[in-house]
Amino acid sequence: MPVILQGLITIIIGVGGCVGYFYLSNLILDRFIFPAKGENIGRNINRANAVRPWLFLFPAIFVLGLYLVYPVIGSFIRSLYGRNPDTFVGFDNYALLFAGGDFTTAFLNNMLWVLFVPSASTFIGLVVAQLTDQLSWGNIAKSLIFMPMAISFVGASLIWKFVYANDADIGLINAVRAFAGFENPIDVMQIPFWNNFFLMVILVWIQTGFAMVILSAALRGIPEETIEAAILDGANPFQIFFKIKVPQILPTIMVVWTTITVLVLKVFDIVYTMTGGNFGTEILPSYMMDFMFRDDGRATAIAFVIMIVVLPVMFWNIREARKEMR
Amino acid sequence: MDNIAGQKSSLAWATHLSVLLLVLLWLIPTIGLFVSSFRDRDQISESGWWEAPFPVELTARGRTAAEATQEGDVFVVTGSIYDDPEAKSFFPDGGGEVVAFGTRGVNPTEFEAGTTVELGEGETLTVNADGTYEWRTPEDPGDRGQRIYFAAESPPSFTTENYEQVLTADNMDRAFINTLTVTIPATIIPILVAAFAAYALAWMEFPGRGILIAAVVGLLVVPLQLALVPMLNLHNRIGIGQSFMGIWFAHTAFGMPLAVYLLRNYMAGLPRDIIECARVDGATDFQLFLKIVLPLSLPALAAFSIFQFLWTWNDLLVAKVFLPSDDASKVMTVKIADDLLGSRGGDWGILATAAFVSIAVPLIVFFSMQRFLVRGLLAGSVK
Repeated sequence: MPVILQGLITIIIGVGGCVGYFYLSNLILDRFIFPAKGENIGRNINRANAVRPWLFLFPAIFVLGLYLVYPVIGSFIRSLYGRNPDTFVGFDNYALLFAGGDFTTAFLNNMLWVLFVPSASTFIGLVVAQLTDQLSWGNIAKSLIFMPMAISFVGASLIWKFVYANDADIGLINAVRAFAGFENPIDVMQIPFWNNFFLMVILVWIQTGFAMVILSAALRGIPEETIEAAILDGANPFQIFFKIKVPQILPTIMVVWTTITVLVLKVFDIVYTMTGGNFGTEILPSYMMDFMFRDDGRATAIAFVIMIVVLPVMFWNIREARKEMR
Repeated sequence: MDNIAGQKSSLAWATHLSVLLLVLLWLIPTIGLFVSSFRDRDQISESGWWEAPFPVELTARGRTAAEATQEGDVFVVTGSIYDDPEAKSFFPDGGGEVVAFGTRGVNPTEFEAGTTVELGEGETLTVNADGTYEWRTPEDPGDRGQRIYFAAESPPSFTTENYEQVLTADNMDRAFINTLTVTIPATIIPILVAAFAAYALAWMEFPGRGILIAAVVGLLVVPLQLALVPMLNLHNRIGIGQSFMGIWFAHTAFGMPLAVYLLRNYMAGLPRDIIECARVDGATDFQLFLKIVLPLSLPALAAFSIFQFLWTWNDLLVAKVFLPSDDASKVMTVKIADDLLGSRGGDWGILATAAFVSIAVPLIVFFSMQRFLVRGLLAGSVK
């Protein structure tokens, strides 16, 4: 059976199944289990209404529980076993990770990513949002800077290969170098330490648009009176921006910052396509993929380390969300 | 807000300029890829894409003809190097001015065009700028002409040849269809499931609602790397294994937290009056959801669909793990990252074209639906 057909059938079964499930489960609840008639009508309606939210929620909770909650526990348990899923090794996988050099490199590089990418994206995004808001063609400019959001990390990596290529006739950087009079092209992917930043630039290029869109909306939401007052008091444009506007949108800046931070901890594509983790550019997600299919114990241990790194962000997010709901 | 105070002119110019600079900086890499994908493969390695509109100096090789005319005791062969099929094949759009020539492959540009050089044993060779040559030799050349290497300018040439090759010969067509097959069900199926859950979390009162919402917010950031090993093992145990079925489930689940979160935020912002009125009029929750809340939430549904579409189309990680790694089920990202970059690491034309094929659809979706995308982003993160 051609896959396309299989896909179509899946859509029909998936959508039809959902509609059928929601409709039938409600029908059964209202007609048969707690019918809204007979002597207990009042009690039945109340009971039916108490059950109904869970009917609505069940498929989502099931999927989330199976694919996102269970794996947290499942991965942790698997990480206590060796390459062979039957040999219990305790925390040996973690001990191996923390003893070896590659993991340390990956971990430190990842910290570098977590520091650099969100701050650079948020900062450039904020500046662009502020600048474009005053221009007649600002929307076009925004749209173009936002565009890399649509491009896959693999596609973006290829695009940037045409910038970084070790050949003055292909790579822009080496072309500029040749123009400036340097003889030999350099491979920027092999410059120790700084090559990490060349990789990060790709992600900054992708994420700046996201930061810009959200911060631009936040900037527009600032009450004008505060700015007028500042102008009347003689503040210059820079003071208005840094002392009046930025403090007022600080919560949004934090949201953007944390969103990009979480994303950084998921992206393995860029390192995988650009350097394959060589030349000291390994990060945790790509380091995990080195072990995937080879040593599940080690792979899950690395995944769990990523989870622990994400935890503070998760708690912060939940706290903010709860604050908003109150 | 722009005209509140009189500070304009110089600062305004600086703003225009810096934004222009930033936009250019952001666009240039993509333009490079786009231009390169239409260039002739020989030209790509000879000159940068920014020089694409200008002629390129190419090094080529050919052979003189062998029919000689005898003048006294020397044999003379004349003709144009561009008549030689081998030399011609380097210049599909016709050759330009010959700059230099040589007779040895190690030094193909040894002599300037127009000079006459001694080849030893009484042989001489002249190659002119227009490609004509004269070869004088004391021996009858028989049926073998003289080898000539030369450098000539080739006019800029743009072709769709790369696209033809990528779409027909490299299995990219297959990968394109596979990507589509993964993407469409994985975009459509989560919507309905998430919409029902979002409605319950937004408009139904029940104990534990707050905790569930917090849980969804928490799940938003769970790294999906955690799910790879346990879920692949589970898929293998229940017989799905690595298959399209498996990746549809996986994408559905991984998109679910964002879907529920986004839709709940949007639905919770709908006017309370409408929903209360309908309740008073006797609408059940099911009717309320289908007839009022769902139609009103269309913008949020559109926003999530775009997100999920872009995310599944562009994904590499989930596809690498949950799909088999044979050619029949590779998606484009895996194809590019694993096959093209590996085996064709130096074939820039093919790489550029393949990349452009893979980003074309998301770009179209992006530019045509940007309004919804922005609205969705804002619904998700700004209050």
